[in-house]
Amino acid sequence: MAKLPKPEELGKIDYTPPSTGWMDTPVEFKPGYFCNAAKEKNLAGLHMPNARTWSVKDEDWKLPDNWKEIIMEGLRERLEKYRSLRIFMDICVRCGACADKCHFFIGTGDPKNMPVLRAELLRSVYRKEYTTAGKILGKFAGAREMTIDVLKEWWYYFFQCTECRRCSVFCPYGIDQAEITIVGRELLNLLGLNIDWIMGPANACYHKGNHLGIEPHTFKSSIEFFLDDIKTITGIDIEPSFNRKGAEILFVTPSGDVFADPGTYTAMGYLMLFHELGLDYTWSTYASEGGNFGFFTNNELAKKLNAKIYAEAKRLGVKWILGGECGHMWRVLSQYMDTWNGPADFLEVPKSPITGTVFENARSMKMVHITEFTADLMKHNKLKLDPSRNDDVRLTWHDSCNTARGMGLLEEPRYIAKQVCNNFFEMPENTIREKTFCCGSGSGLNASENMDMRLKGGLPRANAVKYVHEKHGVNTVGNVCAIDRATLTTAIDYWSPGVRVSGLHELVANALVMKGEKTRRTNLRFEPLPGVEQVDDDQPEEE
Amino acid sequence: MKLDQILEKNKAVILQGWVEIILKAYPDETSRFIKSRKDRFDNPVGHAISTGVEGIFNCLVEGGNERIASFIDDIIRIRAVQDFRPGQAVGFMFQLKSVIRDVVADDLARQDAGLVRELLEFESRIDEQAKLAFDIYMKCRERLYELKTDEFKRNTFRLLQQANLICEVEGQDASAN
Repeated sequence: MAKLPKPEELGKIDYTPPSTGWMDTPVEFKPGYFCNAAKEKNLAGLHMPNARTWSVKDEDWKLPDNWKEIIMEGLRERLEKYRSLRIFMDICVRCGACADKCHFFIGTGDPKNMPVLRAELLRSVYRKEYTTAGKILGKFAGAREMTIDVLKEWWYYFFQCTECRRCSVFCPYGIDQAEITIVGRELLNLLGLNIDWIMGPANACYHKGNHLGIEPHTFKSSIEFFLDDIKTITGIDIEPSFNRKGAEILFVTPSGDVFADPGTYTAMGYLMLFHELGLDYTWSTYASEGGNFGFFTNNELAKKLNAKIYAEAKRLGVKWILGGECGHMWRVLSQYMDTWNGPADFLEVPKSPITGTVFENARSMKMVHITEFTADLMKHNKLKLDPSRNDDVRLTWHDSCNTARGMGLLEEPRYIAKQVCNNFFEMPENTIREKTFCCGSGSGLNASENMDMRLKGGLPRANAVKYVHEKHGVNTVGNVCAIDRATLTTAIDYWSPGVRVSGLHELVANALVMKGEKTRRTNLRFEPLPGVEQVDDDQPEEE
Repeated sequence: MKLDQILEKNKAVILQGWVEIILKAYPDETSRFIKSRKDRFDNPVGHAISTGVEGIFNCLVEGGNERIASFIDDIIRIRAVQDFRPGQAVGFMFQLKSVIRDVVADDLARQDAGLVRELLEFESRIDEQAKLAFDIYMKCRERLYELKTDEFKRNTFRLLQQANLICEVEGQDASAN
């Protein structure tokens, strides 16, 4: 509820109210707040409607003449299809519990980034079209006409929401703002109104199998490149397999792990762990992307991009699928894959070949998250670990929105982190677990042109990191999300310099004592291990 | 009464007035939130402003210049990305002058020459720190552009390395930022 002003505040009332209310004030496109428009080739490559060259800054967005009809029909269709959407449109009492929970509101101070108001952008149009009060009373009932200004406002603000769902944790009705943004973006996509940072990777994924558009031979050679580094650090030769039929397990991870630092160190961690276990697994150059930018476009495209994972598992004849460290990838897999592209009845219920543990939680979906797999290994003492190799790491844990709020993966990563790292410090309670703050760059908003916006959105997260950095000397933020690894590195560099970002299996591999390894002198980043003196490369190695 | 005594006596009023002026740059709903929510993690902007202005004020009065940069940094780092023009971003430092002038107005009216001199000296001190604020603002903006290129390098380094388009010079890390 709105707060009553205090007497002294009343005495200072400015008698010049804004000339128009929020409904009638057209959005101002501020540089640094928005991403570039989707390119024609990427829209056309995915057979999306209204493929053309357009620019956000242009007055004319080159929309079809009947754009309004398309939007209203799209809304009607979705209200019929998703009962949840209709409830979310009707049920909000505007209590304001969500208002100050959004990282973008906290960072920007823009009231239209309050989740309640962001939803109201869509809800006001719904009221005008679907409620009696809205039809008759218009603005008095919070209803308004769909106009080109409203459309642009939708575009501006639905691409300023990372679908992190923190607001929904505080909503007494459980309204899921992420679903409202998802539907808002779906409607915009009916007119070819996406951002290129989403459409480009989605198009590349559709044609080449991964977001970067890397072809099979390059994907394979990228992973082989890591093997040289692993050999230098551990003295061990690893020979992973690709597209191998008859392997027990198919391993799928976000392509960011293979190409972008510091995710690459996490990928090296997977390779080392699987080698040490003697796991019968294979990589796939076809299902070479666990992430799914189609999810930030529409349901159909998300389903289409996801289909390759079960298809590849079937083609290779594996028993089950193991997934790498990821955020939105895991939400898509655990909550949608089974209903989109299942049933995967050609697979078996995942069972760890090392411990015999049957992953009952994955009975239907047939895919296990790597932190579930590794935590189980550690629980059964199957790994020889030397956590002192990470003694220079003072670790805190960032719960990635999708894995934490989306599916409750809270304990497994912490259990692993504490096994491999002696110095672990939690951030304050209202910034972790279900209440974790977003990195500010999720849901396809990790572009370069909106860097200002990303830093504002990353402020609440980085602010808590800064606190533990100053209080406990924390120097590393661990996480299980490829987008976090790429973007939190940047946000934390700005807000709390001196703290870096690390994937969990990078830390696992540093602590992992492998059979036949030489004395390790460096970690996976080729930095000296604590307490180990550096020697020249030409001196004989101690075996 | 000497200026430092007046400032000490009216510290709460001055800080409140200064915060009010800073918050005027935000919409009403936002400034209400920034003022009312006390938890530093739920409201990092409000926390940075309230602790920052107090820290800056104390340093100005007591002459402790070592810590003042970190208080100014806490506020400027936020304003550097919150679409303020450069002048607006650092302008809050100068706004302290008008808040203090309101407080000492009655004493000045008595044409206390000593007080006028002390006030002018104090305002010069504010000007000095405002220059520091501008330096910090520029560093933040420069950092922002560096971060863009750093991120680009991290995303492409491995591919360039594989394609033999990049090589490491001995003793240097080619991926170093």
